Amino acid sequence: MSCLQTIQDYGLRSIGIGERLLPKNDFTLCEQFTLIGSGMIWNVYFGIMALATGFFLATALALGKFSANKWLRKPSEWFIFLFRGSPLFIQFFFAYFFFLSLKKPYPMFDAFTSAWLGALIVLFLNTAAYTGEIFYGALRSIPKGDLEAADAYGMSGWSRFRRIVWPTMLRLAWPAYTNEAIFLFHATTLVYFSAFPAWQQRGDALYYASYFADKTFNPFVPYPILAFYFIVLTLVIVWGFGLINTHLNRHLPVAKQGKMKFRLNLAR
Amino acid sequence: MFSYCADPDTLGTFRWFSCYLTNGVHWSFYLSFIKVLALLAVTAPVALGFGFAGAMAARSHFLPLSWLGKGYIAIVRGVPDIAFFLFFVIALDQAFEWTRHQVMCPEWTDPIRQGNDFIVCRAAKLPLGTAPEWVHETYGFLLAVITFSIVFGAFAANVLFGGMRAVPHAQLETAEAYGMTRRQTFWRILVPQMWVYALPGLSNLWMVLIKATPLLFLLGIEDIVYWARELGGTKTSKFTQYPHGDWRMWYFLFLLVFYLGMTRVSEIGLERLMQKLSHGQATSGGELLRKETTA
Repeated sequence: MSCLQTIQDYGLRSIGIGERLLPKNDFTLCEQFTLIGSGMIWNVYFGIMALATGFFLATALALGKFSANKWLRKPSEWFIFLFRGSPLFIQFFFAYFFFLSLKKPYPMFDAFTSAWLGALIVLFLNTAAYTGEIFYGALRSIPKGDLEAADAYGMSGWSRFRRIVWPTMLRLAWPAYTNEAIFLFHATTLVYFSAFPAWQQRGDALYYASYFADKTFNPFVPYPILAFYFIVLTLVIVWGFGLINTHLNRHLPVAKQGKMKFRLNLAR
Repeated sequence: MFSYCADPDTLGTFRWFSCYLTNGVHWSFYLSFIKVLALLAVTAPVALGFGFAGAMAARSHFLPLSWLGKGYIAIVRGVPDIAFFLFFVIALDQAFEWTRHQVMCPEWTDPIRQGNDFIVCRAAKLPLGTAPEWVHETYGFLLAVITFSIVFGAFAANVLFGGMRAVPHAQLETAEAYGMTRRQTFWRILVPQMWVYALPGLSNLWMVLIKATPLLFLLGIEDIVYWARELGGTKTSKFTQYPHGDWRMWYFLFLLVFYLGMTRVSEIGLERLMQKLSHGQATSGGELLRKETTA
C-alpha cells in the first residue's frame, strides 16, 4: 500500500472520516506518521477553542481580581486558586464523573460526557484561570504614568479601559501568555488519558502514539514522531504570537521592544 | 475496624460511614497517599541533582558537554511532559533489560526485537518472573521515580541555569581578582548566591511537581487516582458489605481538595523559605528585610 493511499485512508481518521479499522500489525512508518498527525487535529481543536474562549473569561477574571469590590474580587481569587491549585488531570476526572452523574437525571447533558465538549469546558476554565493570573499580574504593572495621562485626557470608564488599560495589559502579558498557550497545547494530550473515552478510537496524537507503542512494544518510533509534531506546533505558536507581539508593541521605539523572552511556566 | 461493623446493613448513616471508610480497601487508598508523598520526597532531591548536573553541563566550556546540557534543557520545552512519562517508562525498562541481556546471556543469537515483541533471555527479565509481588511493585515505583526525576530534572536544570546567570557578574569578577580558580569561584561564590535567584522558579517547579503526581496513574502505579476510580465505582451487595452507587465524583472531589490543601501549605512554606534566603542578599527582597530590621 502506497503512502499516499495511507494518508487518504487515515489522514482524517481521528474525526471519523476514512478507514474505520486501525492497522493491526506490520505498522509502517507512514502509517504512524499519518495517524499521529491525524490525532493532532484534536490537539489543535482543543487548544484553539480553549484559548479563544478562555481569553475573554481571563480578562474578566483579571479585572475581577484587580477590582476593589470584595464581591467581585473574592470569587475571582477563589476561581483562580481552584483551577491553578489542583492538577488538570484530577479536574478532568472530576468533571467527567460530575457530568456523568448529571446525565442520569438530565439526558440533555449527554454531550458533556464526550471529550469534544466536556474536556473543552475543563480546558476553557483551566486556561482562563492561568491566563487570568497572568493578566492580573500585567494589570498590576501598568505604568502609573499611562493611567495619569488617561485621566489628564479626561478618559474614564470604558474608553479608558478600551484605549489604555486593556492594550497595555495585553502588551505586558503577551510573553507569559505565549508560554501559557504553548503549555495549554501540551495539556490537551491529557484529555484521552483521563476519564474521557475516545469514541470509536478517535483520539488525539498521544492516544495514537501510545496505541502504536503498546502494539509494537517499541516506544522509540511513535514518541519521537509525536515530539516532532509538537515541536513544529510549538514553533508555529511562537511565530504566530510573535507576530501579535510585534503588533502590540508597534508604537514603541525598536530598541525598547526587544526580543520576546520566554519564562518557563511549565505544565499544570 | 470497629466492633459494631460486623453487620453494616443495620447501622445508621454515621456509623455506616465510620465502618465504610475504615475497611480494608480504604486503607489501601490511604496508603496510596503515602506513595504520592514518598514520590515527592524522593523525586524532589533527585530531580534537583539532575537539574544541577544539567545546568553545570550547559555552562561547561567543553562544547559537546554544553550541547548535551542545553539539549536536555531544550527538549522538554517543546514536547508535552506526559509524552515523556509514557516514553521513559517503557524505554527505561527496555534499556535495563537489554543491558542485563548483553551481560548475562552473551550466547543468545536471536534478535531482541522480533516483529512486535521485545524478547530478552529469561535471566535478564526485570523483575525476574519468579520474584514476589512486592518486588514488581517496587520496580514499577522505581521506574516512575526515575522517569519523574529525568523530566523534572530538565525543568530544574533550566531554572538553575537561569539562576546561575542571574548572579551579578561583578561578584564573579571580584572572585577572579582575588585569585580564585574557576572551580573555587563556582562553588564558593556562584552556587551560594544563585539559590535566591532560582527560588521563585524552583517553587513554581515544586508546585508543578505536586500537580504532576496524579500522572503516576498513567505509569501503572496503584496510586490515589487508581483507588479513587476503584472505590468510587458502583458496588452491588453481591461483592461487598457496603453497596453504594457511583461515588467516583465524590472521591475525585476529595482528591481535588487534597491537592488544593497541598498547594496552599506549599505556598505558605515557600514564602517563609524565600524570606529566610533573602536575608542579606542584594535583591529588593533582601533590601526590604534589611529596612524592616534596622527601622
